Amino acid sequence: MVISKKPIGLLAVMLLGMFTSVTMANTVTDTTHTTNETTTPVEHVVQETEETHAVAHVEEGHEALSPKEKITEHIQHHLLDSYDFTLFSDEETGHSVGFSLPVILIDNGLKVFSASKFEHGKAVANVDGNYYKVYHNKIYKTDAAGTLEMHEGHPINEKPLDFSITKNVFSLLLTALILILLFSSLAKTYKKGPNALPTGFSRVLEPLVIFVRDEIARPNIGEKKYKKFMPYLLTVFFLIWLLNLIGLTPLGINVTGNIAVTFCLAICTLIITNFSANKDYWGHIFWMPGVPVPMKLVLAPIEILGIFTKPFSLMIRLFANITAGHSVVMGLIAIIFLFKQTLTTGGSIGVSMLLTTFISVIELLVAFLQAFIFTMLSSLFIGMAVQDHHHDEDHTKDGLGEHDNAIV
Amino acid sequence: MEKLLDQFSYGLFFWQLIILVVLIVLLAKFAWKPILSALEAREDGIRDAIASAENARKEMQALQADNQRILQEARSERDAMLKEAREMKEKMIADAKNEAQAEGLKMINQAKAAIENEKNVAMAELKSHVSSLSLSIAEKLLKEELANKDSQTKLVEKMLGEVKLN
Repeated sequence: MVISKKPIGLLAVMLLGMFTSVTMANTVTDTTHTTNETTTPVEHVVQETEETHAVAHVEEGHEALSPKEKITEHIQHHLLDSYDFTLFSDEETGHSVGFSLPVILIDNGLKVFSASKFEHGKAVANVDGNYYKVYHNKIYKTDAAGTLEMHEGHPINEKPLDFSITKNVFSLLLTALILILLFSSLAKTYKKGPNALPTGFSRVLEPLVIFVRDEIARPNIGEKKYKKFMPYLLTVFFLIWLLNLIGLTPLGINVTGNIAVTFCLAICTLIITNFSANKDYWGHIFWMPGVPVPMKLVLAPIEILGIFTKPFSLMIRLFANITAGHSVVMGLIAIIFLFKQTLTTGGSIGVSMLLTTFISVIELLVAFLQAFIFTMLSSLFIGMAVQDHHHDEDHTKDGLGEHDNAIV
Repeated sequence: MEKLLDQFSYGLFFWQLIILVVLIVLLAKFAWKPILSALEAREDGIRDAIASAENARKEMQALQADNQRILQEARSERDAMLKEAREMKEKMIADAKNEAQAEGLKMINQAKAAIENEKNVAMAELKSHVSSLSLSIAEKLLKEELANKDSQTKLVEKMLGEVKLN
């Protein structure tokens, strides 16, 4: 995986560079902040009065946030899941364009209602006599007033079982639909016979399918067994890639940068790997052939741990790469607001656009690369689990015994 | 880490799992299977086509070699025939020459014999002619000589005179 290290390393450097520039900017603009803040409290007074009308008991103190804090909060909010699909919103008027998604809770029976009842976290939703409130993108059960008992910065209210169609679930459904449409149309072209070449966009997809088969599955799993795993590998490859790409659009979707999604994908690889594993694979884990008995005892726990660390690395790699990419892009866009004073509006927009374009191109590469790496490593793990160890069997059968294998 | 665990959404995990499994099943049935089998069929077709082209090429080569061989054979046969014909021609010419010579000789001989014959006949005829002519001359002479009695007796006397009685 030599290729993957480069962009990730580059990203890390960019991230580091961005942090330093942000802190630098703050020290410089500190003097101008005072002039800036003289205007903001006025707005906030208006806002607060509005909010007190709308929501009576908001535990969060909506004190004036500096632009930097606001940006950090915005980025964090973007990285998290959400109950409504917001395309853009006006902070001052509180007006946002987008649509609410259905909330599905299991709390003494199934409760389905629209997330618009939360009014973007400002209101308490009343459903069949139960009161729910969103705090930091989590639904808590609360009373009619919406009080949350805080403990060390976290609410300790009861959380109902939440199976809502969130923004990420919605995006996933959308992506799945796109995938089905794309590839069933590709499949349709072959109905005329295998020599009917696909036309239009399908022409792009066919080489990609061949790429997954010939560059990922075949060399890693082996000529004989790769066919069984092709549906999983192809689906995962295109799903991750498309999700990554959709994440780069201004829709503000961040599915593959969510740990639950990558966890699910990694769990699938874990299950498929271990359920298709043959006797040799388990033999190598619990009783490593070809090493002395004390070593076998030492190696067994390490190998058992290895079963879980491999998919774990898959999960973290995808999550971290996409999260980092989104953070960097959003951070670079934030330059517009942070550097307005020093670079003038036009200058800050120019610098931000330049850097964002540069990073976005890298992100396009990362989007493909992460899908490729995930599929590649999945097929590698599967290949390790299903491959035949002719080599070792031959040696244990001959008269030399197992000691001989240590040399081999 | 704690924050990550805190943010972990089992609802999203649940939906993701369902969507992923359904997606795999649907795509496997409606997309991957036909696509992969079609690709495989196409690749097999290409492999077959290449193999048959290779075969055709080999066959062609064999055919060409065959042709070459046949051509070679024909050429050598032609050469042999030409040689034979030349030999035959020479022989025929020689034969004809010989025959002509023999014939000529024979004709010459025949002509010679005929000439001899003719000569002999002519000779004989001439002889008889001469003899008859001489006879008639003799007869005429005799008639002239012996036209009167005097001369007859004179002759007889003369002859008698010549004949000496030994």
